[in-house]
Amino acid sequence: MRAEPAPSAETIVEVQNLEKHFGAFKAVAGISFAVRRGEIFGFLGPNGAGKSTTIRMLCGLLAPTAGTGRVAGFDIVRQAEQIKTRIGYMSQKFSLYDELTVEENIDFYSGIYRVPKAKKAERKAWVLEMAGLAAHRRSRTSVLSGGWKQRLALGCAVLHEPPILFLDEPTSGVDPNSRRQFWDLIYDLAGRGVTVFVTTHYMEESEYCDRLGIIYRGELIALGPPRELKTRHMSEAVLEIECARPNDAMGLIERLPAVKEVALFGKGLHAVASDAIAAETAIRAALAAANLALTRLERIVPTLEDVFVSLCAARSAGQPNAAGAQTEVSR
Amino acid sequence: MNLRRFWAIARKEAIHIRRDPRSLALAVGIPMLMLLMFGYALTLDVDRVPFVVLDEGGSPASREFVARFGATRYFDFRGTVANYADVERALDTRDAMLALVLPPNFAAQLAAGQAAPVQAIVDGADSNTAALVLGYTQAIATGFNQQLAREQIRRIAGSVPAPALDLRTRVWFNPDLESRNFIVPGIMAVIMGLIAALLTSLTLAREWERGTMEQLISTPVRPVEIILGKLLPYFVVGMVDMVIAVLMAVYLFEVPLRGSVPLLFGVGALFVVATLAQGILISALARQQLLASQLAMVSTFLPAFLLSGFAFAIANMPPVVRGITHIVPARYFVSFVKGIFLRGVGLETLWRDALFLIVFAVVVIAVAIRKTRKRFG
Repeated sequence: MRAEPAPSAETIVEVQNLEKHFGAFKAVAGISFAVRRGEIFGFLGPNGAGKSTTIRMLCGLLAPTAGTGRVAGFDIVRQAEQIKTRIGYMSQKFSLYDELTVEENIDFYSGIYRVPKAKKAERKAWVLEMAGLAAHRRSRTSVLSGGWKQRLALGCAVLHEPPILFLDEPTSGVDPNSRRQFWDLIYDLAGRGVTVFVTTHYMEESEYCDRLGIIYRGELIALGPPRELKTRHMSEAVLEIECARPNDAMGLIERLPAVKEVALFGKGLHAVASDAIAAETAIRAALAAANLALTRLERIVPTLEDVFVSLCAARSAGQPNAAGAQTEVSR
Repeated sequence: MNLRRFWAIARKEAIHIRRDPRSLALAVGIPMLMLLMFGYALTLDVDRVPFVVLDEGGSPASREFVARFGATRYFDFRGTVANYADVERALDTRDAMLALVLPPNFAAQLAAGQAAPVQAIVDGADSNTAALVLGYTQAIATGFNQQLAREQIRRIAGSVPAPALDLRTRVWFNPDLESRNFIVPGIMAVIMGLIAALLTSLTLAREWERGTMEQLISTPVRPVEIILGKLLPYFVVGMVDMVIAVLMAVYLFEVPLRGSVPLLFGVGALFVVATLAQGILISALARQQLLASQLAMVSTFLPAFLLSGFAFAIANMPPVVRGITHIVPARYFVSFVKGIFLRGVGLETLWRDALFLIVFAVVVIAVAIRKTRKRFG
């Protein structure tokens, strides 16, 4: 199961068998991975999968129960304070001061990060421009929209130009337009050599990452570039179905022996099958018998969501024998 | 400690205070209101005690005895009653706290040179007041006895011997025995302690509750910078409260301020720092605003009110409780404030109080810094 790359000189974040228990609950159940300098590394998983817990341990905000980790060469347990001078962190919840104005928040973090006096004005201007907040510099932060708040938070987190940036679900609760803009900023930072560690539960967002770890119930169940994950972990065919009354159709298709699983996807359905031809025939027959008009049925390149659903399903089905499930997915 | 980070925290905290005028108004208004309430309402003086008389004989001698009560400011004559039932009613309804019952043969027995029984019935529901009333009554009776004795001696011997004892009392520090003079400086200390701890008890807890702490602890900021940076602006608020309290004490309640004003404010500053630190320590431990503010109330107001000696003498407490008072900072500040205000003494007698406040402040700040952990859980 050691599929992750061996730590090299280029490794900037490195984690070995990291665990975090809250009482009897294992929020993070032994994960290992490495992040290379300059890459955008994504952590994809549903809510409660252990993404925030992992990111907090990496930033030195939470002590791990077991396992080791290094960030920028410093130990996450013993050298948390050294790590904190070299990272920027943006938590899931907006955590700047609502009562302060945009400018006051920037000045505050500029003081906290001890941005050199000579660079202070320039960095502030950069943040205001980057976040598009120059006209609102004297507005209270509380009145800003979600997208603005988020760009301001990002700006404050990188005031001191850290080499590593940790973003915990930075785009949750933000409109798609702002989300797109935000990713432009992340690309921009990565282009300047900043390593970005980002968690998300949005599939389409995870496609933007150079490498992706899929985390589910505290375990890392897949790791690799998004394109590779789609081909490596998806040996089965995905069929896209568009028909009348997709809810009813799903019930029918589910019962077909040729189909492994089926899920609602957009306005249609996605069905997974090992034999695409047999499944296609069976689906056509079943829908015709039920008098459900079929408008489209074709084999498609699996999306990350298909990969994710299929991996999670395999994981859940293999719960009693977790080791077996692990081998199955990583092959 | 890095000065820039310290200033960043202090400036940010000052902005929070400025942007929240309601809390600021409370921080200044509550001490004024409390000082007014306690200064006017809380009095331990016993005077104008209402009393009634059942004079069954109605003689010049009995009237003279009763007149002695009415002549002092401690008693207030509410009339004579006709019978015992009326005496009971007067005490039941609290129209009177004291009833004097003089028997029909009062004058006759006095004239015969015999002891005349007088009954004094006191409402003992409030034991402290009752004890004082009894004391006053006894004193008047003794005075009356002495006068009678002297008259008798003059009648027999033709002259009055000089009394054996000539007691001349002088009350120092509070010559009028005004309890306000001793309550106002004490309550000042109680109020300052309460407000200071309440103000800071919310600061760290609010940051934990709102999630802003998560961002802050991901930075290189150090606990000492957070704690001292947060203390500074609240220290200013605390000192403003103290100035208001001292001005009210001197100009509104006319409590004499006999000692050094700079010393008063110097040690006041120590006390403010000590209680601000206590509040911030509570905040660091509780991490919830409601819990923190309640803990701050209970841990400052109660001990300051009951165990500081501001109204209830420490010497009269049971040994265990007296022991506990030694760790109540308000105790030292109350003793200090009273010393400065009423006795006009300086550090030569009050250095112990000042020293304790320094030690307390340093220890609590150190513990608060240690307990401000830059981690979850």
